[in-house]
Amino acid sequence: MGHLENINFFKAAKGFKSWLITVDHKRIGIMYLLFIVAAFTLGGLAAGIMRIELLSPDKVLLTAKQYNQFFTLHGAIMVFLFIIPSIPAALGNFFLPLQIGAKDVAFPKLNLASLYIYVFGALFCVYSMWHGAVDTGWTFYTPYSTTTDTSVISMTLGAFILGFSSILTGMNFIVTVHKMRAPGMTWFRMPLFVWSLYATSILQVLATPVLAITLLLLIVEKTMGIGIFDPAIGGDPVLFQHFFWFYSHPAVYIMILPAMGIMSELFTTFTKKNIFGYKAIAYSSIAIALVSFLVWGHHMFLSGQSDLASTIFSALTFIVAIPSAIKVFNWISTMYKGSIDLKTPFLYGLSFLFLFSVGGFTGIVLGTLSLDVHMHDTYYVVAHFHYVMMGGTVMGFLGGLHYWWPKMFGKMYNEFWAKIACALIFVGFNMVFFTQFILGSKGMPRRYYSYLDQFQPLHQFSTSGTWVMGLGFIIVFIYLINSLFRKEEVSNSPWGGITLEWQTTSPPPVYNFIETPIVDNDPYDFEKVKI
Amino acid sequence: MNKEIKIKKHEVAHHFDNSEQEFNSAKLGMWAFLGQEILFFSGLFVAYIIFRMMHPEMFIYASKHLDWKMGALNTVILILSSFTMVMAVRSAQVNKLKQCVNYLIATFSFAGMFMVVKGFEYASKISHGYLPAKFFNAESAHESLHIFFGIYFTMTGLHGLHVLVGMGLIIWLIIKAKKGHFYEDYYTPLEMVGLYWHLVDLIWIFLFPLLYLIG
Repeated sequence: MGHLENINFFKAAKGFKSWLITVDHKRIGIMYLLFIVAAFTLGGLAAGIMRIELLSPDKVLLTAKQYNQFFTLHGAIMVFLFIIPSIPAALGNFFLPLQIGAKDVAFPKLNLASLYIYVFGALFCVYSMWHGAVDTGWTFYTPYSTTTDTSVISMTLGAFILGFSSILTGMNFIVTVHKMRAPGMTWFRMPLFVWSLYATSILQVLATPVLAITLLLLIVEKTMGIGIFDPAIGGDPVLFQHFFWFYSHPAVYIMILPAMGIMSELFTTFTKKNIFGYKAIAYSSIAIALVSFLVWGHHMFLSGQSDLASTIFSALTFIVAIPSAIKVFNWISTMYKGSIDLKTPFLYGLSFLFLFSVGGFTGIVLGTLSLDVHMHDTYYVVAHFHYVMMGGTVMGFLGGLHYWWPKMFGKMYNEFWAKIACALIFVGFNMVFFTQFILGSKGMPRRYYSYLDQFQPLHQFSTSGTWVMGLGFIIVFIYLINSLFRKEEVSNSPWGGITLEWQTTSPPPVYNFIETPIVDNDPYDFEKVKI
Repeated sequence: MNKEIKIKKHEVAHHFDNSEQEFNSAKLGMWAFLGQEILFFSGLFVAYIIFRMMHPEMFIYASKHLDWKMGALNTVILILSSFTMVMAVRSAQVNKLKQCVNYLIATFSFAGMFMVVKGFEYASKISHGYLPAKFFNAESAHESLHIFFGIYFTMTGLHGLHVLVGMGLIIWLIIKAKKGHFYEDYYTPLEMVGLYWHLVDLIWIFLFPLLYLIG
């Protein structure tokens, strides 16, 4: 196989079939990227249509039932098909082995299998869209989900199957991090993106099966009636909420942790400074992963759980904010006296910093028992969630995508348009969601089809923000595709990054490195490593 | 059929440095998988605990409808099958390839016996109408009796599904073992399926007293 060593992985094999049967983690990552972008577009369109409906308290485009189906579609697609696999399965698949100096992930065939399982699960979700699209919300709460006549079964079965894809990716990454590191790559020489993916993988492996059994029980309940969730036959609907959030709270950390990992990469490379508090950031990822298992009850303050339980869950929710804050302070400290280079990826990094902080602080508000009673199920929750998930994870994803794009494809995009698009997305995002904090604090309930006239100006302003943001995404799409047709190739390290992926060619050869790298330095030691 | 099986040398996959790294990776991956299996079943065990606390008398009453002798027989069968599985791995480790195949066939047979016994039990429950709520069709002293059978069928059904998957994997092992793929330097799939099989066995060992031996 000697001749493969110098050829980049795009050119190593040709044809459609070579992609279908590839076990190369880089190709699998790129295929994931395609599906994830498709899912994001679909979920985004659903959100755009919902926002248009909300221009007026009366009917604009959709009936009330269709509106319910659209917000369910938006939630389910964005959560299960986009945001959970987004960074780990696409960027993580591509860069985890590169960053630790491995030839591939530990189980390349399993990696391909998890991609196929993802596509298979996605088909179920698409099927359910055609056949009576679900109207339960992405949380599938009983007893409504056991009584509605929409296609809950195919949608939950889809999410169940997608869960397996997620579990297999997590297993693969855990073993890859443990067993595949290059010589000299000790645990504390690993880039922080790897640490964050490791923490994410633990969550994927240990939390996802609980969702799997929950959804399976929901399906069995709906088809045969076992009487554990459906109160009509003696079941307990609150038990469903406990089961669901036991997964779905850790799941929000599955969504945010990888983005935090990307932040650590961006903040060192674009300040040319060693990260401040490497170990604190690494350990805080693990701390978040562990504590996140113990906070699910804060979704259920008003479900009738005991005051004692609520108090404990509230306290634990405050505790889980600490490791997140540690990360934010360390990133800010990293910038101190660094030579800051405001390239597009770092602009996304800074956006993350602002938006995630707003999302985090409002999370503290919601974790406070007395406030949550008022804020519960209002647009305030919607805004908080989107500040963390979109302001956090999507900004992180875009930052990572722009950061690694030249490494993945060997081409650089147009920096000018990239900055314009980033500004549009940032401004549009705040127009949409900051408005919703105000709406929520004035008492606008979430998931409502209609509203009081006094809310109309704010709703209209929020909707107009989606158009600004949408324009930004269209520009991103155009210049990224356009970059692929550019002639000039990029160097190994266009940003001056020094982690291992920047020490190989762009795009990398089939087995990533021509010679297995031997590591004898910290990952961000800009004094020692010169590229 | 009496001729010796010839060893087929295993080649280390391209992305590993040596067979030790390959074996250790597989083993760690398998343990991670077993971890998720345990959490998968944990949802059912939690449901069991909650409903047993809500309806303690009903659970005692209901468990009398299960045949503990059949359950005990199945427990013995599964423990024996775990033993033959271990012996299959051991045989490969000492290069007794023929013996390895025989032990695998024994394991498969025990698994089949388990499913047959389970089938008789299911048939008897179904004929008496002891089924989940939508199909429940029996005279009962307790109005929530269907919950016990809902949980019973879900737990044992999912466990049975795992047994079936295990049987499929054992067939695959038998085919590979007959071709001589497993020997002292390479028995990874045997070891991994073995781990899985012991977990399936272990889950049954918890299910048996929880469902059959209450009261």
